[in-house]
Amino acid sequence: MKHHIRIQVNGDLHELAVDPWRTLNQVLREDLNLTGTKFGCGSGDCGACTVMVDDRSVSSCLTLAVAVDGKKVTTVEGLAPSGDRLHPIQEAFIANGAIQCGFCTPGMEISALHLLRCNPNPDERQIRSAIAGNLCRCTGYNKIVKAIAAAAQASPGMSEGDDTP
Amino acid sequence: MTLGRFEYHAPQSIPQAVQLLTQLGPDARVMAGGTDLLVKMRHHVVHPSAIVAIKGIPGLDRIEVDRDHGLTIGAAALLADVATHPQIQALYPAVSGAAQTTANVQVRNMGTVVGNLCNASPAADNAPSLLALEAQVEIQGPRGVRHLPLAAFFKGPGQTALAVDEIVTAVKAPPPRPASAGVYLSLSARGQLDCSAVGVGVVLALENQVCVHARIVIGACAPTPIRVPQAEALLEGRRWHSQTIEQAAGIAASLAQPIDDLRASARYRHRMITVLAQRALVQAGQSAAKK
Repeated sequence: MKHHIRIQVNGDLHELAVDPWRTLNQVLREDLNLTGTKFGCGSGDCGACTVMVDDRSVSSCLTLAVAVDGKKVTTVEGLAPSGDRLHPIQEAFIANGAIQCGFCTPGMEISALHLLRCNPNPDERQIRSAIAGNLCRCTGYNKIVKAIAAAAQASPGMSEGDDTP
Repeated sequence: MTLGRFEYHAPQSIPQAVQLLTQLGPDARVMAGGTDLLVKMRHHVVHPSAIVAIKGIPGLDRIEVDRDHGLTIGAAALLADVATHPQIQALYPAVSGAAQTTANVQVRNMGTVVGNLCNASPAADNAPSLLALEAQVEIQGPRGVRHLPLAAFFKGPGQTALAVDEIVTAVKAPPPRPASAGVYLSLSARGQLDCSAVGVGVVLALENQVCVHARIVIGACAPTPIRVPQAEALLEGRRWHSQTIEQAAGIAASLAQPIDDLRASARYRHRMITVLAQRALVQAGQSAAKK
């Protein structure tokens, strides 16, 4: 039996009928065409599928779509809703060369967003532990850590109450 | 990599959830965070016909902690919230510490302490400290509420004392003893992300430099997390001294039955139990001495 759900994704309200076995990752990528969020390991180890549900970063591959009924979801597309002006985290990733193949980037950026909302001034150890659940197989961690530190400096006000993602 | 088909139920109360489990029978599974269950389903280890999701039940995410009444962690309380709870950090640092070393940020934002216990992995990071604190699980079923010592809850890898129509609604630890402290330490290949190869939880109390209470629990080195009473007995009633600590850590290692698996060899585990137990005892001793 399909379940009727209402979810707000990057500010847009969607009403959908979903089978209970479909994950948030599948609904985002296949139904809403938000393919910025990747599907990696399917077991919560790689972080490529990370999105925000309300104020928490979660693995969308281990989240049933039916369980996010009534919640707000932010994907990497929501970081730059206009499509031209990038989010300070994205600017910092580019400026610091923190992107190689790009597959881990959406998840890394959402993990960075969650970190900076909880802790606007993280030290290096805190940054590393915040992205411990995000694998980069281009092995670019140093630049990613630098980028997140730069984003924290550039944009100190990424508080939870902030409505702009 | 898709999930098999199943029915989904999101009851709004525990009695409703219990009734659903009774109706649906043994093919239904209770889901809290889903971080273990959905992975097992994706890897075709289990094929439930129905999922009973309990995360949305009002009040089930409760965390109550104070010096007089002890600690209660509701079944839907997230690992992230237990890890960062200031009062748990102050009164039960081994519990918050274990939650903090479980998996990664995303999993801690989804998964629960009680779910980690119910999954009953011998390597469950949240089991050793709660066992060392002599915690109990609160269980609700069609026959009402019962409490079971956590030590009697674990029956083997993936096996618990829970009946198919029962739900663990909370885990509870007694009030902390005076001048007591606890520590949880673990080792795994990828930082603290993957399953622990060895985990050690200790709780101890010191009075005038004499150990008056000691509990040592080892995870991932036997079919369930195990207490090592002989090592505890060596410490209790004796002066807190590095030599006794070293001996107790050695005894702890000799009582475990680790196996070779993909996470570590039995030999490595044996040696690391001694190291971790010694470190945990020293750290807990330092904290207890300050109280």
